[in-house]
Amino acid sequence: MTTQLPPGIQLETVDDRIMTLNVGPQHPGSGHMRLIIKVDGDYIVSCDPDPGYVHRGEEKMAEYRNYIQNIPHLERPVIHDSCNILYPYCLAVEDLLGIEVPERAKYIRVIASELNRCVYTLYWLAIYGIFLGHSTMFMWPAGDRELFIDLLEAMSGARVTHAYLVPGGVRNDLPANFEERCLRQVDYFEKRIKEYQAIFYQNPVLRQRTEGTGILSRMDAIRLGTTGSVLRASGVDFDLRKKEPYDVYENLDFETQVLKEGDSYARSLIPYLEMFESCRIIKDALRKMPKSGSVRTKLKPNPKGGNDEAYRRVESGRGSLGFHIISNNRPEPYRVKISVGSFRNLICIPYLLKGEKLGNMPSVYWSLNYWPVEADR
Amino acid sequence: MSTIAPEFRLSRFIASLTDIIFWVLLIFSLVGLPLVFILLFYIKLPIVNGQLLTPYLAMTWMADPSRTIPIIKSLIHTEFFRIIAFPGFGFAALLAAATIFVERKFLAKIQLRVGPLYCGKIEGILQLMGDGLKLISKEIIIPAKADKPIFWVAPLLFVGTAAAFASLIPVAPGWVVSNPNVGLLVVFATIGFFPIIVVLSSWSANSKWTFIGGIRALHQMISFEIPLILSLLGIVILTGTLNLTEIVESQQHYWWIVFMPIGAIVFFITILAELERIPFDLPEAESEIVAGWLTEFSGMMYGLIQLGTYLKLYAFAGLFTVLFLGGWNGPMVWPPFPQEIITNGITIGPITAHIPGLPLFDQDMLNGTLWFVIKTVGVILVILLPRGVFPRIRIDLLLYTGWYKLIGLAFINIFIALGLLYAGVLGHGGLIQ
Repeated sequence: MTTQLPPGIQLETVDDRIMTLNVGPQHPGSGHMRLIIKVDGDYIVSCDPDPGYVHRGEEKMAEYRNYIQNIPHLERPVIHDSCNILYPYCLAVEDLLGIEVPERAKYIRVIASELNRCVYTLYWLAIYGIFLGHSTMFMWPAGDRELFIDLLEAMSGARVTHAYLVPGGVRNDLPANFEERCLRQVDYFEKRIKEYQAIFYQNPVLRQRTEGTGILSRMDAIRLGTTGSVLRASGVDFDLRKKEPYDVYENLDFETQVLKEGDSYARSLIPYLEMFESCRIIKDALRKMPKSGSVRTKLKPNPKGGNDEAYRRVESGRGSLGFHIISNNRPEPYRVKISVGSFRNLICIPYLLKGEKLGNMPSVYWSLNYWPVEADR
Repeated sequence: MSTIAPEFRLSRFIASLTDIIFWVLLIFSLVGLPLVFILLFYIKLPIVNGQLLTPYLAMTWMADPSRTIPIIKSLIHTEFFRIIAFPGFGFAALLAAATIFVERKFLAKIQLRVGPLYCGKIEGILQLMGDGLKLISKEIIIPAKADKPIFWVAPLLFVGTAAAFASLIPVAPGWVVSNPNVGLLVVFATIGFFPIIVVLSSWSANSKWTFIGGIRALHQMISFEIPLILSLLGIVILTGTLNLTEIVESQQHYWWIVFMPIGAIVFFITILAELERIPFDLPEAESEIVAGWLTEFSGMMYGLIQLGTYLKLYAFAGLFTVLFLGGWNGPMVWPPFPQEIITNGITIGPITAHIPGLPLFDQDMLNGTLWFVIKTVGVILVILLPRGVFPRIRIDLLLYTGWYKLIGLAFINIFIALGLLYAGVLGHGGLIQ
């Protein structure tokens, strides 16, 4: 009787032409996940992603805490993008409880989530740089993140897990002189990230290496259900901030960045270009924001949702991020379902890596803007 | 703002130095000296020239320069000194260690960091010693299924081959460990050993990552050895010799990089590939194959490989200097040894010390070494620079570069050399006789 091996793994014999590589979870080129890659020489024959190493049961945990207690632990899947993962939760809870959000709070939310999107993108870009062996591109974004982390710290008091967005508005008002400081830092930031163009995006070695690899066509991108920067890099003009504007995004001036190539270079370029749009949004929001007023609608203690359900989604750093909350007349939600962009983009990996060279694995994998911790929830 | 590092304070630094001196003196006088005298109690001391050789007498003789300087001079001119200390292993390893430190600080400045800062009080100057101690104290782990004899011997072979390569580089007039008449051929032969060692070590480790890394290293080194050899043929054609010392002497007026810039560029790119530096660090590509052929090495085995890599870096940079940048040739900038010290001696206050036998090294040698070190360090810095700027290249692009572009350019270089020779620019009646 033969022993049953887990799916995706086969025993190798000596004269096997195909070699199985377990990339991860203790591999410097994987996140908290495993890619079971079969190679024939230098070419990848098949790739089988195996996520789930950091599953923490966030959805189940949410069923045992009330709507306010749920805030800090729901941002744990993406601590670098915590405002954006709390955004749909707050919107859905506001729908359930019927809360009106003050106008100033809406603008502050937009500013916080755009700052946080830049922080996340820089972190992602840093890892993309080191995956391609470009150590300067690891150090520069990791250093430039500090600008916006300092701003978010001034807003919320925490450097990484902010828990700043709450149902009914934001936790506290902006500090004094925030607008002036924010404008100054955003201006400097724009100047700084223009330098990335010369050292990284226009680098001939990088372009040779990533252009034309891992091409995802427009139809495939739609059929596979990808979202976010992966979808926009394949030529689909879809951004939830434009298509389903939430809060005050419809009043703000920005554009959706779309590229047609669909290769890993385009996928890595889209988040970079969106950082400039984020800066535009922040500046515009600071200009249009009411200068004073309430920032939070007071909730009743221990609020109960009706026998109702709500689904809201926003555009996060990795694509569409949705919360489906079902309540049944109790202070705790009956069910919370988180739909994340990372997990939806993961399905591309087997299609994109098949037939590629092993050297393209890191660039294709990380260009999908995949965050393993978020995908496992 | 959080503080990155404590500020450097001179008073604290001096205090720590005096602290160390105090403890050394205390331990030496309380423990060291009694031990020495207990030992001497049991040893029968010899009688030299009718005098009992007590430790005090031995120290008196050692302080007498007329006795010690001839000994030192004769030591300097032994083969042993050449292999161990000056043009050989010690000099190369010291320059390599300095290179590692410079590389770290240099790269840190590019990447807006500070680099090593704590170890050794001043700008982390002792970081390398700390790293070495760490590597020595770490456990050496041998994979269970490894071919153990070959796996053990691979790092030693690597360092040995790198040191052999470094020993061929002439540093100053007459200062070279080994000076064969076919020096350049010996260089090619030594370089040819590296892929074999890499494949041996990677195969004996019996791991998939080392296997892939070893195969990549084999592809890379072999496909870049051909342009490497071809790019140096132009020099051999023009000088008519394979001896490295004679090649340096042929560049007294003009460096070969002036006539053969294409060959120099091709040779430089092949250096990058042979050394596995970024952008050609595919055999150690971290995000693809963990650490490539170095994956299974641990502790001092890894340390030896690193030592070998940096020795190789020194040797290649030295070779570039010797072949293209004129080696030790340069204007005489080293001041001549003051004659009055030889004739009158050194006068310090009421005492006049006569030191016969000075100088230890002649002026030509010191000046040549100075120019060689300056040029070599410059070449090393240019070799290190791409690490801060380029990402890693892919294997197919690498092979394409090696086989199509570099070989073609190397042939163009050979034609240029032949043209120069037959047009009479060089050779009899030309610019260079």
